[in-house]
Amino acid sequence: MSRLLLAFVAVAGVPLATAGYAWLVELVVSWLPARTGRAVRPWLWMLPASAFLVFFLVYPTIETIVLSLYDATSSRFVGLANYAFVFTDPGMLGALRNNLIWLVFFTLVTVILGLVVAVLTDRVPYEAVAKGIVFLPMAVSFVAAGVIWKFMYDYRPPGAAQTGTLNAGVTAVGFEPQAWLINSPWNTFALIAVAVWTWTGFCAVILSAALKGIPPELLEAARVDGASEWQIFRSVVVPLISGTIAVVTTTMIIFALKAFDIVYVMTNGNYNTEVIANAMYKELFNYRDFGRSAAIAVVLLVAIVPVMLLNVGRFRAQEEAR
Amino acid sequence: MTTRGAAVAAARVQTRRRAAELWSRLPLHSAVVLISLLWMVPTLGLLVSSFRPPAAVTSSGWWTAFEPPFAFTLENYRSVLTTYNMWGSFLNSLLVTIPATVMPILIAAFAAYAFAWMRFPGRNLLFFTVVGLLVVPLQTTLIPVLKVFTTLGLSGTFLAIWLAHTGYGLPFAIYLLRNFFAALPRDMFESAHIDGASPPTVFFRLVLPTSVPALASLAIFQFLWVWNDLLVALIYLGGRPDVAPMTVTISNLVNSLGQGWQLLTAAAFISMLLPLLIFFSLQQYFVRGILAGSVKG
Repeated sequence: MSRLLLAFVAVAGVPLATAGYAWLVELVVSWLPARTGRAVRPWLWMLPASAFLVFFLVYPTIETIVLSLYDATSSRFVGLANYAFVFTDPGMLGALRNNLIWLVFFTLVTVILGLVVAVLTDRVPYEAVAKGIVFLPMAVSFVAAGVIWKFMYDYRPPGAAQTGTLNAGVTAVGFEPQAWLINSPWNTFALIAVAVWTWTGFCAVILSAALKGIPPELLEAARVDGASEWQIFRSVVVPLISGTIAVVTTTMIIFALKAFDIVYVMTNGNYNTEVIANAMYKELFNYRDFGRSAAIAVVLLVAIVPVMLLNVGRFRAQEEAR
Repeated sequence: MTTRGAAVAAARVQTRRRAAELWSRLPLHSAVVLISLLWMVPTLGLLVSSFRPPAAVTSSGWWTAFEPPFAFTLENYRSVLTTYNMWGSFLNSLLVTIPATVMPILIAAFAAYAFAWMRFPGRNLLFFTVVGLLVVPLQTTLIPVLKVFTTLGLSGTFLAIWLAHTGYGLPFAIYLLRNFFAALPRDMFESAHIDGASPPTVFFRLVLPTSVPALASLAIFQFLWVWNDLLVALIYLGGRPDVAPMTVTISNLVNSLGQGWQLLTAAAFISMLLPLLIFFSLQQYFVRGILAGSVKG
């Protein structure tokens, strides 16, 4: 099978090629005068990675901004018409609104719940097991998570045996079964719950590591001074790990803005659950409209830029502190 | 009071205190156990349902499987693996993931070494750019790259998706490895330099072997990210069934099977097998990668 052969070539060939490239670079450098060689070497070491970054990230981002000013087939300049579509079309406005809901609720719930899990598990002897259980969904694809939760949310008319776990619970305590993924606006929250299930463990693991970094003497001193556990948490623990909370929060914000797989698999944006990333996919593949699709992508990028600058700034500060 | 009596009394006080402590910690324990159960139930439901016969799945909840008659079957797995092309998709997922894991790591290690241990003008600015690229949404890159791939006739091929995942995985890989390399002791490099070792020798003989933990974390990350990816596969493989990895096949099954839960659950579980195996055997590396990857405050 040629496919297998190709994969084998890629797996074995890439290390060989990199090794060969390294020695080739050394050879070239050795031909040059010592000073020039030293100046050129770093650039040659970065060349393969730079080529990939430019071709897959830098160039396409610029090109997408350009394409967003052209029509569906990228043949006629249309100015800001595609952006006008993004900000006036009812469907797109719904998607923007839903992303805002995702941004606020997904971020808040995962970070707070992650913190709760980190703090609680810190005090029990079976910490590793409990954290592992909450963290486990991180290893699973959103597609699989989508199937898992579609099954959880499964709906049968009242009277029929409910096979969905959630509706079985709801009917057991005497309520009507709900079509969780159809009833707007609650269906968006049902999708957010799936993302919360997947990402809480991520937040918990990072925050838990930060908690363990707090010197125990500090907590002991606060206890000796008669502070209650809640006071300690609020005025000692939270300020000390605020940097990590910020990191986790920005990561969650980025995910909320880019949310795609869960929506694509579970509702495909129907019943008012559309989000930006899925709307972009539809414009690109279902309607073949490069202009609109590019404009949606640019809107997404612009929303992420502040987070990006924040990240770079924080990283710089961290580097200078070293 | 004799010393023995005192000891008994002290022990009694201690037991009582321990009991009181246990009682006061009951809310804590119940909260942790409740959260763990809540997090396990969805996956458990999936796993149980994938082993139940179709008639049972459609007529009763998965929790009733633990009552008689204990009707379990492997038929769902046989069915999705053969009739619904999950076996082919499993192989496709492997074919997509393994090269797409090896390629970015080596290329990134190269650049990361230059960033960490070579001096050149604009080094910091370039590295800040990489940190910035970490969060660029894939969505902004899809259309132009797809156009180039289509022109080159690469769209729908494995090569296209390997290259794409390499490009997308690089910022994180460079970031993680550069931070790890930069933390290696300076003496190590100086003594190698005195011995007359060339940069490639230092890189392959010294840096890579001492960085195995970081490389392992990164490999696990990239493997899971590619294995679980849907968007990149949808775009560059174009949904063709013969090259579709499992994520694409399952999302198609969700549309075509609708309520065929016994099949969907089996298919989803097959796709989770390898990630779960990695998760349980290499969790510490996975966690280490996550901790190193977040820009720490």
